[in-house]
Amino acid sequence: MLLNIKELNKTFGDLHVLKDINLSVGKNEFVAILGPSGSGKSTLFQLIGGNQTPNQGEILLNGESINGKTGFISYMPQQSSLFPWRTVLENVVLAAELNGKPDYEEAKLWLEKVGLAEFANSYPIELSGGMKQRVSFIRALLSKQNLLCLDEPFSALDEFTRLKMQKWLLSVWEENRKSILFITHSIEEALFLADRIYILSKRPAQVKAEIKVPFSRPRDESLLETNEFFLLKQQIFQFIREELSE
Amino acid sequence: MRKVWIRGGKSVLFLLFLFILWEALVRITETPMWLLPAPSDVIKEAVIGFDTFSVHILSTVYLAILGLVIGCSVGLLIAIILYRLPKVNELLYPLLILSQNIPTIVLAPLLIIWFGFGMMPKLMIISLVCFFPIVVASMDGFRQTAPELKHYMQMVGASRNQIFWKLEFPHSLPSIFSGLKIAATYSVMGAVISEWLGAKKGVGVYMTLAQSSFRIDRVFVAIFFVMLLSIVLFGMIRAIEKVVVKGRNEGA
Repeated sequence: MLLNIKELNKTFGDLHVLKDINLSVGKNEFVAILGPSGSGKSTLFQLIGGNQTPNQGEILLNGESINGKTGFISYMPQQSSLFPWRTVLENVVLAAELNGKPDYEEAKLWLEKVGLAEFANSYPIELSGGMKQRVSFIRALLSKQNLLCLDEPFSALDEFTRLKMQKWLLSVWEENRKSILFITHSIEEALFLADRIYILSKRPAQVKAEIKVPFSRPRDESLLETNEFFLLKQQIFQFIREELSE
Repeated sequence: MRKVWIRGGKSVLFLLFLFILWEALVRITETPMWLLPAPSDVIKEAVIGFDTFSVHILSTVYLAILGLVIGCSVGLLIAIILYRLPKVNELLYPLLILSQNIPTIVLAPLLIIWFGFGMMPKLMIISLVCFFPIVVASMDGFRQTAPELKHYMQMVGASRNQIFWKLEFPHSLPSIFSGLKIAATYSVMGAVISEWLGAKKGVGVYMTLAQSSFRIDRVFVAIFFVMLLSIVLFGMIRAIEKVVVKGRNEGA
């Protein structure tokens, strides 16, 4: 296991946000965390990223505790968060730049692979929303950390772009299988992308269920219309409905 | 770019109209020259008296630019120190504001008493009027860094130093440039004031001499020059801004 989270608890004052969270991410595994808004998903990332310290529990990366330590993950936020004064190429190497000299050749190679080569010297203001997220993802890929944390990366995009981006993400990931921890509030997105899904309850967030996604890879959008996909979606929806009714 | 020309053209035309109005009013009311000269008289004096005036120009330009550079460097340095060290900020920020409440006109003679008639007290006066807009604008710029960008930097484990130099500083460049533009116009004023109070050369000297001999046309020559210099400095900073600040929406 690359990432192991044990009995994680976090409170802010009287507010109990995370309660006894146990989860793990294996090597080359794509894990999604599914939960309602305000369930503390982002707090979980803050803890993994080391910007907050847990009240209890432990976060182990390769068996070593990284509680409150920064710099061990690469990260892709909800908004692309590209620096407006940097060109696409300069943006892409930003995360790598923080830990030494970045490899511009590798960066150019990746931009070419994902069809952004002609935008290497453009500024983010000239890019569409989907393209910005691609750049943001490549930036995360190019940093040397092994665990990629994606925080609802496509939730700000429109439906058409989102599906395109999900397929794009899978295709890139097939080529570079870093471990991914993916936060989302879309059941379909989680099922389409992940190997395993953790469903979080509402506050205080607990792991309500862990679901293994049986679909083989590489996946394409025809999967979205199969019966198995639909059944699994329903099953997950049951869990979520319980959260709503309580 | 064309829009800029059209907008600039309009204000130039309006200015021209005001001059014509002024010229006409002076002629109609037959105002004596020692009270208010017509624009044509001012231009005449500027051309005829250029030889006597030109010696003063250079020293004022030099003084204003040097003072601006020193004031802005000091201002930026102070802003960075205050922002990075909040404890120092608490201690010094009120003092900085107070320093701006000392009237320059009072301070200048004191500085001349202490430091003589050389460059030193003049540069101090100019720096003193220039640094404050830079400090305020830079500090505001640093503070207004986009929170989502800062959050990103924290998540990927950037150090405080990296956050400042890679994010907060470049992010605040547009603010810093607004401060610079204000400082640039102040610097010319500062230079003239410092020259009033004791100098051998300079537009300030020329102005006081003209004033005491009721050569109002010469006073206006000096005034127009000061305005021109301010605009040129402003334009230079705007040009540098265009080169340095990239990838943002066009600001005014």
